[in-house]
Amino acid sequence: MIDGFIALYIFMLAAFTGYEVISRVPVILHTPLMSGSNFVHGIVLVGAMVAMGRADTPLELTIAFLGVVLAAGNAVGGYAVTERMLEMFKSSKGKR
Amino acid sequence: MGSLGAGTAIQASYFVAAALFILGLKRMSSPVTARSGIVWAGVGMVVATLITFLTPGMGNYGLMTAAIAVGGIAAWVTGRRVAMTDMPQMIALYNGMGGGAAGAIAAVELLAGEVHGFTVLTLGVLGGLIGAVSFTGSLIAFAKLQGLVKRSFRFRGQNVVNLLILAGAAVAGAVIVVQSGGTQGHVVLLFALALLLGITMTLPIGGADMPVVISLYNALTGLAVAFEGFVLNNAAMIIAGTVVGSAGTLLTQLMAKAMNRSLANVLFSGFGETAAGGAAGPAGTLKAIETPDAAVMMGFSEKVIIVPGYGMAVAQAQHKVWELVQALTARGVAVKFAIHPVAGRMPGHMNVLLAEAGVPYDLIYDEAEINSEFETADVALIIGANDVVNPVARTDKSSPIYGMPILNADKAKNVIVIKRGQGAGFSGIENALFYLDHTRMLYGDGQAKAAELVQAVKAL
Repeated sequence: MIDGFIALYIFMLAAFTGYEVISRVPVILHTPLMSGSNFVHGIVLVGAMVAMGRADTPLELTIAFLGVVLAAGNAVGGYAVTERMLEMFKSSKGKR
Repeated sequence: MGSLGAGTAIQASYFVAAALFILGLKRMSSPVTARSGIVWAGVGMVVATLITFLTPGMGNYGLMTAAIAVGGIAAWVTGRRVAMTDMPQMIALYNGMGGGAAGAIAAVELLAGEVHGFTVLTLGVLGGLIGAVSFTGSLIAFAKLQGLVKRSFRFRGQNVVNLLILAGAAVAGAVIVVQSGGTQGHVVLLFALALLLGITMTLPIGGADMPVVISLYNALTGLAVAFEGFVLNNAAMIIAGTVVGSAGTLLTQLMAKAMNRSLANVLFSGFGETAAGGAAGPAGTLKAIETPDAAVMMGFSEKVIIVPGYGMAVAQAQHKVWELVQALTARGVAVKFAIHPVAGRMPGHMNVLLAEAGVPYDLIYDEAEINSEFETADVALIIGANDVVNPVARTDKSSPIYGMPILNADKAKNVIVIKRGQGAGFSGIENALFYLDHTRMLYGDGQAKAAELVQAVKAL
């Protein structure tokens, strides 16, 4: 179980990691990278699944269903567009 | 499988997924490894999603699978089809969906009374609030860039109204936390106000500032996901959400800086209010040039720097421009691309558009790399760019774009501007570059003029 200070440590280290990973990125990759990080928070899908798996009342189930639809859209759509953008980046191999 | 075994397998899978996300993002930070980066992260996502089906004590599997199929297929189809020029608004749309999902998790958990303890309740409420704001805010950003909403709705005291809505949501949230759960009415009120806030916050913001806003909502969604991760005790969500939250915040700052705008300025005031005053037009006249002369100028140069802007992409001229580069290179002319951070609709968007046309990324230079080279360039070819090459940003303190870093195209020995007509740029500011003595205007459609230039250069 994650509690108290352990959670705080995870939060801090993850925050530094995100900052460090991005800080050395060339501007040419900003759009794909924003799209890539947009895909990464698609992990919200697993949370939406858990919430839906535990939903009881029709209201909860309806909201959770919507949540899973939206989360799947975030993950799949984020992947589709990021991959499309990145596959286009080519080098001119020694032409310069 | 016992619940302990399943529990361990799930934790291990989430650990692997979190590691793959970070490694994937790391690989995405270099053009050489970027493609594999998204694949690594994708593998992590598939692993995490599949293992979640094994979570003990869950039901509704049929509906859950249906929901994943509906959302996934719709997003896949739209994501594969969208034109590269429309990429920014699609990112906004998918990001908004993530925010909505985080909000939905918070709503379900709060309605079910599953959230206990002051800290977890606070994080759950905050995550729900942020997620819901990001949801409607991103949808408005999408609608604006897609051209569905054309006006910027501004009225006096809009900041006060937004503040009141936020205060209302905060009170509802506080009641939920203090009463350890609150009533259904409190939860509904919290989310209704949060959804409304996303709309009223985003509507007044102009289209030019949208990239910064999209990036901000991306960071906020990450944060919301992390907070809901605390509620669900899910390490993968906490780590991935926090990484995106901090990375997105940094990216937002970089973008705002490149546009010479502070984040507060973007969010709390409208662009164009100072521009409306209208400074006196620049001195000099616009001097036109014909295609054959422009081709001769470039064909007999040693070095040409091309400055593309969003106008080039709108005219779908990037393929012809790349042909022009190849024709010039064949004659021994050194050609480079100079990209301003805000060329296109968000930083890096122009690079994507050029990459789509087949331009190798090592011919493309950003403002800091190439600005000193303009002085040695024989020709600077401006196509579809305007404000980012306007020298008044360096000289005229009264100009709204004063202080914005620009490309020093005016320092080149000759400047050729391909432009459809004589109008001002996105910000409505006259461009002093066009009136300089060594600037020539090549009027016409970007794609048609680029195609004519290719023929003319080949015929030299």
